[in-house]
Amino acid sequence: MHIGNYLALIHGSEQQLADALDTIAAHHGDEPDILQTCQLLACWSRQHLELLKPIVDRYSEDKNDEPERLSSTLFDEPRNGSLALLRDLHDLWLLAHEVQLCWTVLIQAAQALRDRELLATCQQCSVDTKRQISWLMTRIKQAAPQALVVAA
Amino acid sequence: MHETRDSITDIWGDRAPNNGEWQERIDERTIEPPEHWVQSACVLCSNGCGMDIGVKDGKIVGVRGRGIDRVNRGRLGPKGLHGWIANHSPDRLTTPLIRRNGRLEAASWDEAMDLIVERSQTIQQQRTAGAIGFYTSGQLFLEEYYTLGVIGKAGLGTPHMDGNTRLCTATAAAALKATFGSDGQPGSYTDLDTTAAILHIGHNIASQQTVLWARILDRLAGKNPPKLVVIDPRQTYTAKEADVHLAPKVGTNIPVMNGLLNLIIQAGHINPEYIAAHTVGFETLTATVSQWTPERVEQVANVPVRDLQAAAEILGTARSLVSTVLQGVYQSMQATAAACQVNNLHLIRGLIGTPGNGIMQMNGQPTAQNTRESGADGDLPAFRNWDNPDHIADLARLWNVDPMVIPHWSPPTHSMQIWRYAEQGSIELLWISGTNPAVSLPELSRARKILQKEDLFVIVQDAFMTETAELADVVLPAAIWGEKTGCFTNVDRTVHISHQAIDPPGEARADLDIFLDYARRMDFRDRDGAPLIKWHNSEQAFEAWKECTRGRPCDYTGMSYAKLSQGSGIQWPCNEKYPDGASHLYTDSHFNTDYDYCETYGHDLDTGAATTPEEYRADDPKGKAFLKAADYLRPYEEPDAEYPLWLTTGRVVYHFHTRTKTGRSPELNRAAPDAFIQISEPDATQYGIAAGDSIAVTSRRGKIIVPARIGDIIPGVVFIPFHYGYWDNGNRTRAANELTLTEWDPISKQPHFKYAAVKINKVEA
Ligand code: SF4
Repeated sequence: MHIGNYLALIHGSEQQLADALDTIAAHHGDEPDILQTCQLLACWSRQHLELLKPIVDRYSEDKNDEPERLSSTLFDEPRNGSLALLRDLHDLWLLAHEVQLCWTVLIQAAQALRDRELLATCQQCSVDTKRQISWLMTRIKQAAPQALVVAA
Repeated sequence: MHETRDSITDIWGDRAPNNGEWQERIDERTIEPPEHWVQSACVLCSNGCGMDIGVKDGKIVGVRGRGIDRVNRGRLGPKGLHGWIANHSPDRLTTPLIRRNGRLEAASWDEAMDLIVERSQTIQQQRTAGAIGFYTSGQLFLEEYYTLGVIGKAGLGTPHMDGNTRLCTATAAAALKATFGSDGQPGSYTDLDTTAAILHIGHNIASQQTVLWARILDRLAGKNPPKLVVIDPRQTYTAKEADVHLAPKVGTNIPVMNGLLNLIIQAGHINPEYIAAHTVGFETLTATVSQWTPERVEQVANVPVRDLQAAAEILGTARSLVSTVLQGVYQSMQATAAACQVNNLHLIRGLIGTPGNGIMQMNGQPTAQNTRESGADGDLPAFRNWDNPDHIADLARLWNVDPMVIPHWSPPTHSMQIWRYAEQGSIELLWISGTNPAVSLPELSRARKILQKEDLFVIVQDAFMTETAELADVVLPAAIWGEKTGCFTNVDRTVHISHQAIDPPGEARADLDIFLDYARRMDFRDRDGAPLIKWHNSEQAFEAWKECTRGRPCDYTGMSYAKLSQGSGIQWPCNEKYPDGASHLYTDSHFNTDYDYCETYGHDLDTGAATTPEEYRADDPKGKAFLKAADYLRPYEEPDAEYPLWLTTGRVVYHFHTRTKTGRSPELNRAAPDAFIQISEPDATQYGIAAGDSIAVTSRRGKIIVPARIGDIIPGVVFIPFHYGYWDNGNRTRAANELTLTEWDPISKQPHFKYAAVKINKVEA
């Protein structure tokens, strides 16, 4: 059974997402909506980590360092300006999708396992992740035209 | 001089018991007997009182209320009776000004407009129209906003158009859209004449709309007085009349509203048939509010269990209910979410769409409703949905332009973002009309820095040399109310016409004429090469606007200048179905939420994430209203050891906005000459402060010095009125907005003026 592998993957990805949201919040303090919403979304990711704990204990997660590989290519430098903000949101969106995909995979597995607790947790968390993605998309669409077409 | 009462000392006038129909009483104040009277309405708050302007020798000599008008039945308050004097102030701007070598110097209209056109064209060529932004007002006329909207959206094609309405009324629109699918107040002022209960939340109506408050006072003096529930952290005039006054901690509107809804649902004081037939979301709402027991509300919001229960009893059992909401909700944490809970209260009880049942998501400014309707702010004209391609095609047909010209790739840019783009340099031209952001925006040091930027070309169109105009590159002198003809719409959808009574001073021009001149000089064309703007005066603009509203919720097609001039105010929708206007929306409980009709596909109340058209269509509510639920989020800045007090800001009864008009009336100015800080008695004792002491108030963003007033506020909170800037007193820093926060609601994008952490200390003389 490879469920532990994916638990490790989601655990790592969610941790990365939480950290990245905090980092982006701090970088873009002059954009209060970015600052505050990223902080809020980071809280949600941290709550997910709490919710995962008992499940991880039950299945014992395998070591898996893939998400770190992913995030290490993102957010390498603090970036400034409107294009930088767009790129940061872009990278957060990629990271959040990684998390979302993990939930989907785990929801499938939980059904095959008839593990109600795992299923409920993944479904509940997946709702939040979708909300995170949807905010990122809204903000990306708003920022893109000005950043690409107008800004110097 | 003749006046029917001294409204400075007697703000609301004598009582005339209101037992279902409000009696007429004509309030009047003239300094000389007028030769004739000209029909108009007051523009000094959102109430929209019908008034006549008295004229003698080409000058305004006074005003009187219009007895036949449905809004005020002849009454006027202190601002209305005194504010008109500003028209003849020697401080009026009478000629355009251009900044040369750092100084504003007199110029001709041709010079000023040529310069504006030259800059617009250069910037548009180099950077696209995305580098041009407009920041307008809640104080121009409908025809002016609509013209501006067409210029921006179809002429230049910039998404960056908003107004100071973002600071005052954006949440009203956002909450109405979120719940009912479109903007538009469901009820009518007349509901106050018969209702069994009234809820005022975050709305100090006694100071803000004195005439509407007089209507309520007359009910309270009548045979079957309504029960009054007031939610406000201050012991305001309004709160003093309440049967139940809840004074929650700053930023806790959601816990209080959720607690009230919970008690009402628990007690079974709901209308299950109505909920099932006309709403979606009741299960989620119940699950969310059930977490808010009275005990928990007391813990978080500091509202005693007994008081919450007493309020819930009134709100849950009254056979009819009018609720009004204003800045205490709109400018605070979770603004849209909390305003939606008031809509929810009416929906779960089925108290909507019938006489006696109204929700007033109030506006602050007199013509703010029109900024929202006409597309001069962050909305599209006539409540169209930027995310619905059919709505864009509609506008494109109407204006005869390519739909791609109209920016609709994302929502129109909200004002705080416009200011941010200007700060970052991607907006290079900012055209400000009829407002004073250098006093009214939050965090003024930041606003001033933006206005002073070398690479930002600032145009200010105003009647006075405001704090903002001082920083402009070009100043255009504007004609104001009384000097031009146009229409505007108040909170309860009543449209008034205001006729020109006198000529503007010097070379001042109506905002409409300035915009039309700009359009001509820019040579905006439609698809067939004809001029884009096809009107030349306000009546023609009104006719064009009517076409734009056809079939939309704010349908004006049944009105005309003649009809508005014959009687008095008329409510929209006014069309073939409702030739005399409609007092209530949603009388059949079919809301504007259909996919094809709605103004918005909605948002996540916590983050502001937009619902996509596909998601919305999948769950098309088809005319049912949304019961939107929200859980509590803490304010982002809270008092701590260094800044131990909450600051909240607001108004005083005698002034409007940044006092550019009311500050020029000697009587109003004497009545409220200066800013102050209101401090509770326990806090005053603790800090050793007496009334009149000079107090330094400091936040993380700035510091001001204001005299102290003691009492009528809960401990831990201080209040400072936001009206006072520097044009008549540059000696000390006193504007409340030096202290406030740059942050905003995720849906309405309205800034959070109602909380900030501050510290105070006495300044020794
Ligand atoms: S209540 Fe408002 S509209 Fe009426 S007179 Fe007073 S300021 Fe004017």
